[in-house]
Amino acid sequence: MSQSTRLFAVRQALSKKQVTTLTLLSFLLPLFLWSLLSYVPFLWHPKVEIVDPGSISWFKSGMLVERDVFAEQHRLAAEQESALPEGFRSNPIYLPAPHEVATALYTAFTTKPTRSSEQWLHESLWHSIQVIFWGFTLASLVGVPLGVLCGTYAAVSKLQEPFIEFFRYLPAPAFGALAVAIMGIHDGPKISIIFIGTFFQQVLIVANTTRKLDIALVEAALTLGAKNLQLLFRVVIPGILPDLYRDQRILLGWAWTYLIVAELIGTSSGITWFITQQARYKNFDNVYAAIIMIGIIGVFTDILLARLGKRLFPWEKEQVKS
Amino acid sequence: MTSIELPSYLEQSEHVRARFDKLKQREVILEVKQLDKQFSSQQGVVTALKDINFKTHRREFVCVIGPSGCGKSTLIRILAGLESPSSGHVMLDNKPVFEPGPDRGMVFQGYTLFPWLTVKHNVMFGLEMQGHTKATAESEALNWIELVGLDRFANAYPHQLSGGMKQRVAIARALANKPRILLMDEPFGALDAQTRAKMQANLLEIWRNIDITVLFITHDLDEAIYLADRILVLKANPGEVEELIEVSVPRPRHTGQIISPEFLATKKRLEELIHPPSDDDDDDADGLHMIRMAHVGDDVEVME
Repeated sequence: MSQSTRLFAVRQALSKKQVTTLTLLSFLLPLFLWSLLSYVPFLWHPKVEIVDPGSISWFKSGMLVERDVFAEQHRLAAEQESALPEGFRSNPIYLPAPHEVATALYTAFTTKPTRSSEQWLHESLWHSIQVIFWGFTLASLVGVPLGVLCGTYAAVSKLQEPFIEFFRYLPAPAFGALAVAIMGIHDGPKISIIFIGTFFQQVLIVANTTRKLDIALVEAALTLGAKNLQLLFRVVIPGILPDLYRDQRILLGWAWTYLIVAELIGTSSGITWFITQQARYKNFDNVYAAIIMIGIIGVFTDILLARLGKRLFPWEKEQVKS
Repeated sequence: MTSIELPSYLEQSEHVRARFDKLKQREVILEVKQLDKQFSSQQGVVTALKDINFKTHRREFVCVIGPSGCGKSTLIRILAGLESPSSGHVMLDNKPVFEPGPDRGMVFQGYTLFPWLTVKHNVMFGLEMQGHTKATAESEALNWIELVGLDRFANAYPHQLSGGMKQRVAIARALANKPRILLMDEPFGALDAQTRAKMQANLLEIWRNIDITVLFITHDLDEAIYLADRILVLKANPGEVEELIEVSVPRPRHTGQIISPEFLATKKRLEELIHPPSDDDDDDADGLHMIRMAHVGDDVEVME
């Protein structure tokens, strides 16, 4: 029992193999559940897809009807000894099977847009990424320095934080109409929604992170003769950098959650336009494919940033381990 | 209580007395005058330090000792300029001290190396703050790192060092600024006994070879006697100077002296001052009120 740790030991690290297995399972379990619901008919499948309408005049092949409705019509047809409708059990249209979504994931990129004015999926995605990038970058350009100043100087904190604390409760999408009025219908208002959604949280989180810097480090610097701006630039900022970086990673995740609302404002665009469009045509496999794509982009960005962080802050490397 | 007859802690050999006479002739580096410190807390105003007066001469090694709550940490923080006194003065080279500065180096109890800087850059920090160029700071820093015996670790990050090594870097970092006085706030308190003994010997070695005055806070009596020329004994509630003891143990010090009569006499005196026998100690004196919970005959200490 020594080589593999007990699974449920409180706050004990797991072996590498256990970690890999569990990580895989965390993805495979939902997929398995989804497959069960999709491929095992008697588990759920509340609908019947008509193959042959038989004598039922309002049935059409390919149509989805409720199971009890189908049973009723089937019974009526049998009583009148007319042609029986035929069909098989199926799930509602909003739950496509995994393989359908997988196909959609592939075909979504290879399908030409229906109209020449419309964008390919990868173009929509790229557009979304740009909106996120600018919204987040602009928020960070102001939010991070302001947060650091709030965390460092009580005066700045008291001047800024009460208002920001109030403002962060205002839902960012509520400023949609206003943003359109000011900045037109294109990317301006979308970027500003992401900005509003990120900025106010960012200032407070960064300020808190800054305040968590061990005061003893500042005191040590003081006794070594550091003054004012030296303290800020040579102690406070380098001292919080790794935590600041972690905050930014989390905040970037939040920025993505504002994307969908932001892109609905003005002319809808980007991945949201694709999703709403496909939902309108009831191509739910495409909808799922697009959602999964957002997830994949998010996870991979985060993994990339985590890797980069390890390189940027070598002094943090082994602290986590010990 | 003691089975051997000890001399008075005040008795000094001729050699030791001559040393103290010479020491007191040196100029005064640090002078504390009528220092008071009050805190306002929820229980009202608490007096942490009351009427503290003492002088420290150049190249003197002073230890400050006292029971917990005697304000010894507050005292050293005031000396460093990290806190301000409620009244009274701290004079360094006859000039009053108001704020932290590079003329007073400080080594803290916790590890305060900058984790994002290598050992070398930690030691360079103070020099760069003084406006030295990178090149001068670097060569200076390397000298100090060599002095504390960590040249092999110049490019290591603090998290790769042991506790003792970290404090050696902290000492090098403080000394690199060439301070007039080195303030040390229980710097070896978190180290294990062996490392601590080694660090004490190292510190004495450094002190012997550099023109530096040391004010060292500790709660360890042996440490204080082993290191100090004079020991400033504080008492708690409020923190007041109880006695300034001249340690009669001759220098150079070595660990063998721990059983010498002078050492034991000084220790006895310190113990009397810090743990005075009091009337309401009776409860503690009895020890614990234990009920026997082990089997009869299953004894770990057999009476003879």
